[in-house]
Amino acid sequence: MKDLFAGLITGIIFGFLLQKSKVIRYNQQIGALRFLDMTIIKFMLSSIIVGMIGIYLLKDLNVISLNIKSANIGANIIGGLLFGLGWGILGYCPGTQLGAVGEGRLDAVWGILGAILGAGLFAELNPFLKKIILTWGDFGKITIPDILNVNHWIIIPIFIFLCLMLFIFFEKKRI
Amino acid sequence: MNLLKKSEWNPYFAGALAGILAILSVWITGEFIGASSSFVRTAAMIEKMFIPNHVSKVEYFNKNQPKIDWQWMFVLGIMIGSFISAIISGTFKLQTVPDMWQDKFGKSVAKRAVFAFSGGFLAIIGARLAGGCPSGHGLSGLMQLAVSGFIALICFFTAGIISANLLYKGGINK
Repeated sequence: MKDLFAGLITGIIFGFLLQKSKVIRYNQQIGALRFLDMTIIKFMLSSIIVGMIGIYLLKDLNVISLNIKSANIGANIIGGLLFGLGWGILGYCPGTQLGAVGEGRLDAVWGILGAILGAGLFAELNPFLKKIILTWGDFGKITIPDILNVNHWIIIPIFIFLCLMLFIFFEKKRI
Repeated sequence: MNLLKKSEWNPYFAGALAGILAILSVWITGEFIGASSSFVRTAAMIEKMFIPNHVSKVEYFNKNQPKIDWQWMFVLGIMIGSFISAIISGTFKLQTVPDMWQDKFGKSVAKRAVFAFSGGFLAIIGARLAGGCPSGHGLSGLMQLAVSGFIALICFFTAGIISANLLYKGGINK
């Protein structure tokens, strides 16, 4: 019960931030994919930078443990491409489209219904998919520092530097 | 309080706050942000009302049981938080066709509905196949420097750029 309440509060704050920064809007989502408006990239990368520093600090202090999703190369690539295809058509992300409904964008209701149907179908197809795509190139729960065999505090500053370069580029181009 | 009423926050600032929120969530409850498996649970809950025997036989529904969990409440919270923010800043607007879409494809609600429905359908199958969406793979994955997150996020954007640009090919002629 405490967990459900924590989830709700976290979601409310997250939804608040998404709405305030316009990240959930169709114009901004498709705007990023058409290189017209990089608002969603700015939001995502900023939260990733801050989150990355905090998560790895807490991990090094043994306060939390990581929860890495397996690198199933075949499934990550094929699923990722299929997601992108649908995303470009829908113009909302699965999770944030509920936020779009929250600010009155009712076309996201269609996206939610499509997603529920798709999720139901995926559950039926899963035994079959498991035999094919889901087992291609399974490298397990690996991270970038693992494969490069370096400490994460070497990778993190490099990642942040690259993001900052990208931010400077966006601001120069006013996108 | 003025800040809360402002209709627009700087995306770097709001994003950084979302990063702090993600850290606190992991710290306090051990939960990383994600969204797409909630749709599987929802599908399972709906099917359970009509065909309960079938649901218990589907292996994937055993892994994602038809019940409300942390993430399901998180996704619901996104809608409530967005609603609160939109109301206090006066940016709540009932709309059935987005502006950019209307400029290119016109006012038809049905046309937009068909595309939005198909897009949502494809996107969730892709997300479940990939093992996550831009929240789970994108935010939580990259924060942890997960290889899967980087691969998935690159693929999300590559295909998204292709499909959005094919749809808007030739720009908007008005």
